[in-house]
Amino acid sequence: MKKKVLSALLASAMVASMMAGCGGNTTNTPASSAGQPSSQAVQPSSAAGNDAAEGKVLNIQVWNEEFANRLADHYPGFEKADPKDATKGGKIGDVTVNFIVTANKGNAYQDQLDAVLPGNASLEADKKTDIFLVEADYALKYVDADVNVAMPLSELGISDADLSKQYQYTKDIVTDANGALRGASWQACSAGLIYNREMAKEVLGTDEPAKVQEFVKDWKTFNDTAAKLGEKGYLIEASVNDSFRVYSNNVTTPWVKDGKFTIDDNIMKWVDDSKVLYDAGYTTTDPLWDGSTWKGGFQSNPKDTKKVFAYFGPAWFFNFSMGADTEGTIANQGGWGLTTGPQGFFWGGTWICAAQGTDNPTLVKDIILTMTTDNAVMKEIAQKDSDCVNNKEVLKELASDASGNLAILGGQNPYEMLAKGAELVDMSKTSPYDQGCNESFQTVFKDYFEGKYKTKDEAVAAFKTAVGEKYPDLKEMLK
Amino acid sequence: MSKVKRGKVVRYNRWGYIFLIPFMVTFIIFQLIPLCTTIYYSFFENYMAGLKQIGPTFIGLENYKTLITEGDLGKYFSNTLIVWLIGFVPQIVLSLLLGAWFSDPSLRLKGQRFFKTVIYLPNLIMASAFSMLFFTLFADAGPINSMLVQAGILSEPFKFFSSISATRILIGFMNFVMWFGNTTILLMAGMMGIDPSLFEAAEVDGATPRQIFWKITLPLLRPILVYVLITSLIGGLQMFDVPQILTDGAGSPVRSSMTLIMYLNKHLYSKNFGMAGALSVYLFILTGILSFIVFKLTGPKKEKKEK
Repeated sequence: MKKKVLSALLASAMVASMMAGCGGNTTNTPASSAGQPSSQAVQPSSAAGNDAAEGKVLNIQVWNEEFANRLADHYPGFEKADPKDATKGGKIGDVTVNFIVTANKGNAYQDQLDAVLPGNASLEADKKTDIFLVEADYALKYVDADVNVAMPLSELGISDADLSKQYQYTKDIVTDANGALRGASWQACSAGLIYNREMAKEVLGTDEPAKVQEFVKDWKTFNDTAAKLGEKGYLIEASVNDSFRVYSNNVTTPWVKDGKFTIDDNIMKWVDDSKVLYDAGYTTTDPLWDGSTWKGGFQSNPKDTKKVFAYFGPAWFFNFSMGADTEGTIANQGGWGLTTGPQGFFWGGTWICAAQGTDNPTLVKDIILTMTTDNAVMKEIAQKDSDCVNNKEVLKELASDASGNLAILGGQNPYEMLAKGAELVDMSKTSPYDQGCNESFQTVFKDYFEGKYKTKDEAVAAFKTAVGEKYPDLKEMLK
Repeated sequence: MSKVKRGKVVRYNRWGYIFLIPFMVTFIIFQLIPLCTTIYYSFFENYMAGLKQIGPTFIGLENYKTLITEGDLGKYFSNTLIVWLIGFVPQIVLSLLLGAWFSDPSLRLKGQRFFKTVIYLPNLIMASAFSMLFFTLFADAGPINSMLVQAGILSEPFKFFSSISATRILIGFMNFVMWFGNTTILLMAGMMGIDPSLFEAAEVDGATPRQIFWKITLPLLRPILVYVLITSLIGGLQMFDVPQILTDGAGSPVRSSMTLIMYLNKHLYSKNFGMAGALSVYLFILTGILSFIVFKLTGPKKEKKEK
């Protein structure tokens, strides 16, 4: 009898433990901050904030700590749950703020959005996503009017007049087909050519931005300069993938338009130009971020790799990505200069979208307005975080005095140029397929540059196959 | 009396079934249901275009046709086989050698247990971690390259991942290192199952060790060899983690290291369950045929032995 009871117990324990593994997904785990003392003294700045009717939890979908830091540092009344780590969330008044961080690698962030956004309205109040962030590359996917996962800003009560200081391109990216705006950004990421001053002096005889510009003013002169640099054993750019963004930002037709798939001439020009540069040994096919030459170029004396003359990037790139706070980098010694380069372009930026179904519309509205339109807050962001902010007035101010001079650029004030660049960015040539197409194009043509495809046509065919796999709905157009 | 006895037997059976429940439930939830739905969905057009759901629309065998006519299914199939062969050939040779040594009592090898553990160890590393390790080791500016350059063997770094053969060989090599221990143990078990008197008789007749190996060990090992071959082939067809991580999912260069499952994974970018399902069904059929061959080759032999 004892045995029987024991075995019954064992068997049920086994089954029960297994079931526990299967079900029990009742506890969604955003980085919450229970047990945080809430002080009622601090109230959100301008908004009515937390009406009794509104939710007590604000869930924000992000892919890194950037927005968490911006919000924690600059939104009035934000109390961090953990002083060292803003992504742990905190409190605004008596509303708990949670950041749900999903790293971008391998499309994971978009998968997360795809999973939570469509059914957001029907979730329990505390589990609803209230704000999500998007990047330019895939913004169109989420601001689509039919999909309707991002609220039109007008529904939140934000008018066009509120956003008048923002650059047009930052609005175009998050405008749906019916012209409704569904997001806003605090950054303007117009970019330029970042060049090595020392090398410019040695080879080109000058390091003044305006004069260096003469040597890189269009792609033809850029390629001629590459040869000059190549004679000295320098690379004009670290990788062909660096300039891809510049070419692809300046297309005349988007990848997909009116049911037609087009590879733009400017992109094919990138192929031809890059092939010449690569074959001559003036650049490499390194991946961005990980490539040894690409990373080595930040050092004033790179080991085992050739020195690099120029990178293409916006303010956040030279401020954060070039290792300015590490000894031995060019940025650390203030050895970079910034000029317009062959063609204007932009790179990156983060847009704030209000999730359809949010139960905190007033607070969301106030966050969007404060972070993307408030002059004082934005100037603070620009000065504390060196972001190039999406505010014409603030940029003008920064350009006009020495407060905008940057040590990384050897004291150069880049803001006038960046502001001018932001006016010129043209976003009408984007399609929701851009990210996938651009990625596949670079992957396939890396093999072409390295001679693995015999002809360009072969590579183009391979590219179309890859696109067809990613986007089955384009298959008919690709034939 | 007899009734009571039968009752007891039945009751014990019941415990048996109860203890089977965990396996059956796991099997049904994680294997059987996915298997059936995969087959079911393979007849549908069903994917996401951005956030918009396309389908599911029943399209019959259209997915199967598209895979055959449009995709480079044959190419990926041969990639998979080539990479598998690169790993399998040295694996079987080394495993036979090690198995013969380990199971030969006349050699009196010391520390057998230690070496058996060591050769099995690589299999315990996660394939993705192993793959990351190789990716770092063989990177353009990785330690292998800097060693080769500093030793004066190469004048400039060799781009392993831009060379078709180097990438394939690396993947094959990783699979070889990970699996030769497993194969050795299987073959050793087979060799130890051979009647020792046969070896003794051969020795008495003056056979050389080489002759014993070729004329006695190998023929008697045939069923195990076939088993190893086919299971390895099935595993090889499903090769995914190592090349996926090593080439960052691109199967680069020129998709020459893209395996069938990596190709399947490509369809999941758009959650194209129809197309991916059709590909899975092809693989399922192929694996089924191979398993059937193993079953036929190994099954009846055992029965004979029992008699």
